[in-house]
Amino acid sequence: MTLKDLPIGDSARVTQVGGEAGLRRRLLDMGITPGTAVTVKKAAPMGDPIEILLRGYVLSIRLDDASKITVAI
Amino acid sequence: MTFALAGNQNSGKTTLFNHLTGSNQHVGNFPGVTVERKSGGIIGHKDDVLVDLPGIYSLSPYSSEEIVTRDFLIKGKPDGIINIVDATNIERNLYLTLQLIELRMPIVLALNMMDEVRANHGSIDTERLSERLGIPVVPISAAKKEGLSELVSQAKAAAERRALPTRIDFCSAGPVHRTIHAISHLIEDHALRINVPERFAATKLVEGDAPMMDALMLSENEKDMIEHAVKEMEDEAGTDREAALADMRYAFIEEACKACVTRVGESKEYRRSVRIDSLLTHKYLAIPAFLAVMLIVFWLTFDVVGGNLSGLLGAGVDAFIGAVDASLINFGLNPVMRSFLVEGVLSGVGAVLGFIPIIVSLFFFLSILEDSGYMARVAFVMDKPMRKIGLSGRSLAPLLIGFGCSVPAVMAARTLSGRRDRRLTVLLIPFMSCSAKLPVYALFTAAFFPRYQALVMISLYVGGILLGVLSAYIARKTVFKDAPLPFVMELPNYRFPSVKTVLRLMWDKAADFLRRALTVILTATVIIWFLQSFDARLNTVADGSGSMLASVGRRAAVIFRPLGFGDWRVSTSIITGFMAKEAVISTLAVLTGGAAAGLQSLFSPLSALSFLLFTLLYTPCVAAVGVIKRELGTLSAMITVLYQTGFAWAAAFIVYRVGMMFI
Repeated sequence: MTLKDLPIGDSARVTQVGGEAGLRRRLLDMGITPGTAVTVKKAAPMGDPIEILLRGYVLSIRLDDASKITVAI
Repeated sequence: MTFALAGNQNSGKTTLFNHLTGSNQHVGNFPGVTVERKSGGIIGHKDDVLVDLPGIYSLSPYSSEEIVTRDFLIKGKPDGIINIVDATNIERNLYLTLQLIELRMPIVLALNMMDEVRANHGSIDTERLSERLGIPVVPISAAKKEGLSELVSQAKAAAERRALPTRIDFCSAGPVHRTIHAISHLIEDHALRINVPERFAATKLVEGDAPMMDALMLSENEKDMIEHAVKEMEDEAGTDREAALADMRYAFIEEACKACVTRVGESKEYRRSVRIDSLLTHKYLAIPAFLAVMLIVFWLTFDVVGGNLSGLLGAGVDAFIGAVDASLINFGLNPVMRSFLVEGVLSGVGAVLGFIPIIVSLFFFLSILEDSGYMARVAFVMDKPMRKIGLSGRSLAPLLIGFGCSVPAVMAARTLSGRRDRRLTVLLIPFMSCSAKLPVYALFTAAFFPRYQALVMISLYVGGILLGVLSAYIARKTVFKDAPLPFVMELPNYRFPSVKTVLRLMWDKAADFLRRALTVILTATVIIWFLQSFDARLNTVADGSGSMLASVGRRAAVIFRPLGFGDWRVSTSIITGFMAKEAVISTLAVLTGGAAAGLQSLFSPLSALSFLLFTLLYTPCVAAVGVIKRELGTLSAMITVLYQTGFAWAAAFIVYRVGMMFI
């Protein structure tokens, strides 16, 4: 499954990071690397983007981009 | 000696910079890009300069901020780096640190917000961390000014001794390690020639960094060898090149943090942020809360603070000009010269000063909202609708400020990351009806649409937004084809903004505006004064109708005839409106010798509507053009003037001609 489908409040581990070059680089730089634990905290009022917790900090990410991140529970 | 200050966004970098440099700062741009470059002398060390680099997360080549930082560190050759790291968010912050260490320069790590870590019963073993990283680590609190002198003396000591990091790599034995080292040897000579540390070049090549590949000027054969080695590494490690290196760095960081950092549960600041966000990013309350915040800021800026300050300042300027005028009359100065000084120069200076209260108070509130962490929440909440017009939630604040005044709005757009977003936002700002257009709308709607005044006014505001969105769409399909920066944004914990940072920003923005806009506005005022005061044979004119401005207006009237307002008095007022939009009314009043009755003779309701639309859309005033020039360059400023005016003409033409068919 992808991070986009992870229900709010749930945690999972990143298994793969996709996306086009710039996006992918940015995700990796921000610490979304394979093996990282992420928790979905909240969705914005209009459902997109979402707020995720990883490596002790909070990151906001669009659903489109979250769908490029494969996770496993 | 020159030191570079590098660190993540939200790491307290600006606060540290302000405390270390005090009041002798210099603001400019990095060459060729609109990324702000600030530098200042370090307090107590008058021969040492600190350069504040943009807040970045990595040294990859995907944003102008990252490229600028990289170029400055490699080519600018500072004597040392001060790397500020948020101790409460140490894992991600150290990711940049590892890349900075690879640059092989004297570097000191400033471990900021250590007071917060301790208050949450956590601890960081700085000695051990320093051993692991191979660089000095100084615990500080930028907000409380703790550890700053120790930081400066450590940085100076490292730079004087040319003390390089004692650790060279962060990879443990394995395919990645082998590949980096192999490539590092392979390119050693190339790296030496262009003065780049070979280890840094090697990791960038493994990552597939195109600019580095070009800079090294490798032969085809060498490129093949590198690609081959990387391919083998990817196969062996079971992952691709970029992920492999990010993983290598984060694995090292996790190891180091496990050994050095003790954390006890969630921090107070995090829990407080969650509580605040339960309102500010709430499903139904977030948007009303945002609108309320913006309304309060606008009310305070344009009414309470800015309004009163403007009034006070205006009175002061008028009194001063009056006094100067009187003394010049007494002195018996030539009347033309007196008119030049008083109506040309001084009134130009007055016009420039008139913007200062608004800029100062608006940036006071904006920097509080930004530094507290709220602007990131606004971007989070409003990203979805903003994305529809090709921007991100980050652009919303500058656009909203545009309803107040385009000048601070354009200046606020500078904080946006990514060239594309910055340019597109600045392009959109003039479509937001600024407050100077309001008196024009009010006068005309009262005169021509007394029954539908509110409706016409709202239509103008909404129409401006819609046409702006249309323009943004066209621009995106034609000029701004480059992909936007990904919207992957940190939501930092809420914090109290630093007083010094807020005051500093206000001062900077006001000074910047004065420096940049003064010449543009002054030149324009003097030109208009000249055209207004003389006829074509350079005789002074008694009333407006004989002046050069009027004859320019008469010539220009032809252009506006198809729009329904071909009278020279109207075209003259449009020209003076370039100075300031509210001047449209005063000029019309002077030339028609009265208000409403005079207007009725110049306009029909339909041509009044066409005129309002034209006023809404045509070139932003000279002050706004001045700041656009500052942010985007002369060419872009000229394009903006021509595009807006052309667009305004077309829109007014369509409305007038379509309207004619129905009447």
